[in-house]
Amino acid sequence: MFWIVLLMVVVMLASAVAALLLPNFLGAVAAVSVVSLGVAGLFVLLRAPDVAMTEAAVGAGLGSLLLALALRRLGLWRLEVQEETDHADR
Amino acid sequence: MPTARLATLGPLLFAAGFAFLLAVLVAGLPFGAPPMTVGQAIQGDAAGTVGAANFVTAVVLAYRGIDTLGELSILFAAAMAAGLVLGRPGERRAGAAPAGFILRAGADLLFPLLLVVGLYIILHGHLTPGGGFQGGVILAAAFVVPVLADPGRPPEHRRLAWVEGLAGAAFIATGLAALAWDHEFLAPLLGRGTLGSLVSAGTLPLLYLAVGLKVGAELTGLLVRMTEADGEAPR
Repeated sequence: MFWIVLLMVVVMLASAVAALLLPNFLGAVAAVSVVSLGVAGLFVLLRAPDVAMTEAAVGAGLGSLLLALALRRLGLWRLEVQEETDHADR
Repeated sequence: MPTARLATLGPLLFAAGFAFLLAVLVAGLPFGAPPMTVGQAIQGDAAGTVGAANFVTAVVLAYRGIDTLGELSILFAAAMAAGLVLGRPGERRAGAAPAGFILRAGADLLFPLLLVVGLYIILHGHLTPGGGFQGGVILAAAFVVPVLADPGRPPEHRRLAWVEGLAGAAFIATGLAALAWDHEFLAPLLGRGTLGSLVSAGTLPLLYLAVGLKVGAELTGLLVRMTEADGEAPR
């Protein structure tokens, strides 16, 4: 139990830092949703399945979808990191 | 330059002070010893009084029903504000190309599955974990996936608005009926039934159905607006 929680917390912290550092916005959104999934798993371990379902549906699913759609609207939806000169054009 | 250094130090100082404040608060929290006894009282009381096997639902819809109504109002206001900002309902690029084969086939597969799961979670909200909000989000996902797969389809905002309005009105009407019948707004009616069966806990399943339909319609409209607004962003 302790080691599972420790592993989840480490993964969540790593993906939270990755969300800050990743140059690719779509990857950062995916990292944020990993944090939400980790929180949902922790809620299950804490015997709060209702909150876990809300977190998984709203935090990991809907929130990431909203962020991704906002990226598309802003024209930042790219799978590869492009050159800096390309950013300057925009 | 001293001013520039001060400007960079400011947020750092703020963060440190905030962390200190949080540490002090956490140190003072009585973990494992809840200061209020209302939770234990509800745990002992809910099964007999409300008849919902899932105590969380008993709290959300029976003991704190008006909080849930407030939550629905907040969600409604947020979705309406987002719709206003995103604007122009019903406008859609005519020549929008359908998505790739994998997304289209996946959407056909996922739609009935998500629909069944969402409705199951809503209808069993008073028995198992889950309920209107969680199931509503899954319903919204079920209806958004086909829109993502085929962006050229005409939008159905009018129908969504009808579903949303009727579901919200049904929630309030159930509450008002309880007010007229039992002198308490949103008090559970129709008897408790047997604990753990699908038809039990009085009006709680009906209330959760209304919540689920309202949340699903609201979020579907919001997400469809987000996909519609695609590609017309000001640069």
